[in-house]
Amino acid sequence: MPDAIVAAGLVKHYGSVKALDGLDLLVPEGTIMALLGPNGAGKTTAVRVLTTLLPADSGEATVAGFDVRRDGARLREVIGLSGQYAAVDENLTGFENLDMVGRLYQLGRTKARARATELLERFDLVESANRPAKTYSGGMRRRLDLAGSLVGEPKVLFLDEPTTGLDPRSRMEMWEVIGELVRGGTTLLLTTQYLEEADRLADRIAVIDRGKVIALGTADELKSQLGGERLEVTVSTDAEVPLAVDVLRGVGLAEPKSEGYSRAVSVAVSGGPPVLIEALRQLDEVGVKVVDVGIHRPTLDDVFLSLTGRDTTEGEQA
Amino acid sequence: MSAVAAGVRDGMVITKRNLIKIKRVPDLLVFTTIQPIMFVLLFAYVFGGAIAVENGNYREFLMAGIFAQTLGFGSTITATGLADDMQKGMVDRFRSLPMSRAAVLIGRTTSDLLGNVIVVIVMSLCGLVVGWRIHNGFAKAVAAYALLLLFAYSLSWISALIGLSVRSVEVANNAGFLWVFPLTFIANTFVPLKTLPKFLQVIAEWSPVTCVVSAARDLFGNSDGGRPTGNFATTHPAYMSLIWSFTILAVFIPLAVRKYKKSTAR
Repeated sequence: MPDAIVAAGLVKHYGSVKALDGLDLLVPEGTIMALLGPNGAGKTTAVRVLTTLLPADSGEATVAGFDVRRDGARLREVIGLSGQYAAVDENLTGFENLDMVGRLYQLGRTKARARATELLERFDLVESANRPAKTYSGGMRRRLDLAGSLVGEPKVLFLDEPTTGLDPRSRMEMWEVIGELVRGGTTLLLTTQYLEEADRLADRIAVIDRGKVIALGTADELKSQLGGERLEVTVSTDAEVPLAVDVLRGVGLAEPKSEGYSRAVSVAVSGGPPVLIEALRQLDEVGVKVVDVGIHRPTLDDVFLSLTGRDTTEGEQA
Repeated sequence: MSAVAAGVRDGMVITKRNLIKIKRVPDLLVFTTIQPIMFVLLFAYVFGGAIAVENGNYREFLMAGIFAQTLGFGSTITATGLADDMQKGMVDRFRSLPMSRAAVLIGRTTSDLLGNVIVVIVMSLCGLVVGWRIHNGFAKAVAAYALLLLFAYSLSWISALIGLSVRSVEVANNAGFLWVFPLTFIANTFVPLKTLPKFLQVIAEWSPVTCVVSAARDLFGNSDGGRPTGNFATTHPAYMSLIWSFTILAVFIPLAVRKYKKSTAR
């Protein structure tokens, strides 16, 4: 499968700040890649370089086969971009916004109108089509902005933090819309600081920090990098914590960790439910009362924190 | 398709978009026309008695000056309009589209030019009420308006470069007035050239504002307050005005377009 987006060694400075520090990226055609990272990690700069808004200081990149530096004009014909701030003209109606974008994609008057009508229907904006966009809610604006990025039927779509600032309900709606849209075979590069969003929408996730990709894989692959399952037991009294630690040391793969204040003890395990049953049997034997028990796979939050090394507590696995 | 044709075609789409804003937010137009009316009335009645004008009356002398001053100040709208588009991410969106790289600027300056036509009409009517008259016939009056609007259009492109260079609408507003004030006041806008101190008079004689104002007064048949003669600018103000306007356009259109290609919200 050919790659829709290829970036190699992209570097971009803003004064003394290094926004991109040798970013490499491959996004196969028809797949969804999430760039996941904290604020200031370089996600938006990456999108700006790939959509020709910003020239990189060094490095190479192509989108749909067009070089960002040399073939900017043709590249722009096959991409769609929806930025971090919904870039809709507040004074134009929803229809006028999309019609304008259609004309600027050189669709011609008739086609631009037809496309605007079609997209308004698809994004559930028909009722407000003839109202100025300034009367729209945040979620409606984002949908209109997203519709604008689809006017030209792009081969490659860039969505820069499509749900930042939206309330939970509008976010769910956006996820549904984006999910539907990529079933049509468009290649999508999505940036987000929400792990849940990347997990839910993307085929593959590139974790990006300080301007470069520090981990790459499916959500499951990233999670398994953390060492798989953990068995976690919560006991009823402080006195039982050392007993539980002894038991878990016996069934686990490493030294158990205990957090005194919550009376929870956890340990890395492999083997799933049988290990859990064995642990419970032994705990029962030594007379420990178990309040809560479970086997957890690490969340993307764990992955993210352990990779970036920030905000993690001392002693967590690297 | 040539770059110019593409610029005009996409520029029309942007012009239409900007005009819709005037339609939806009519207060904008109301306030841009109230100000010139106020200026005409204030200067006509407050300064009218204080400033004597050779071979004519001050109100007739005043009108061409007020036209130029109002259009000069009005050119700052181009800067604020573009700064607003930058701030709101519209420029980013436009720059990601397969459209002409000059279109946003062409559209902005064109819609501002159309706004200026309305302003000039309102001011002319107001001038006629306070006693201003056109003495040299229709064709020459049209030529005078054309010179004034062409000059305003060229200032719009300077303003466009400023609008793209600053980071917010507020800064664009202040930065815009910074250069327009001395430009419109160190000239024969409100007072005859002769009354200026010698060193200012030399600057003022060659000022693009003086040239367009003198040319407009000549074409309207209004007194220019006994303009000194002796150099090309004072002898042929209409030609000098054309030279100024086209020079400004030739310099600032490429600069503004180059700036636009690199402009991005952050």
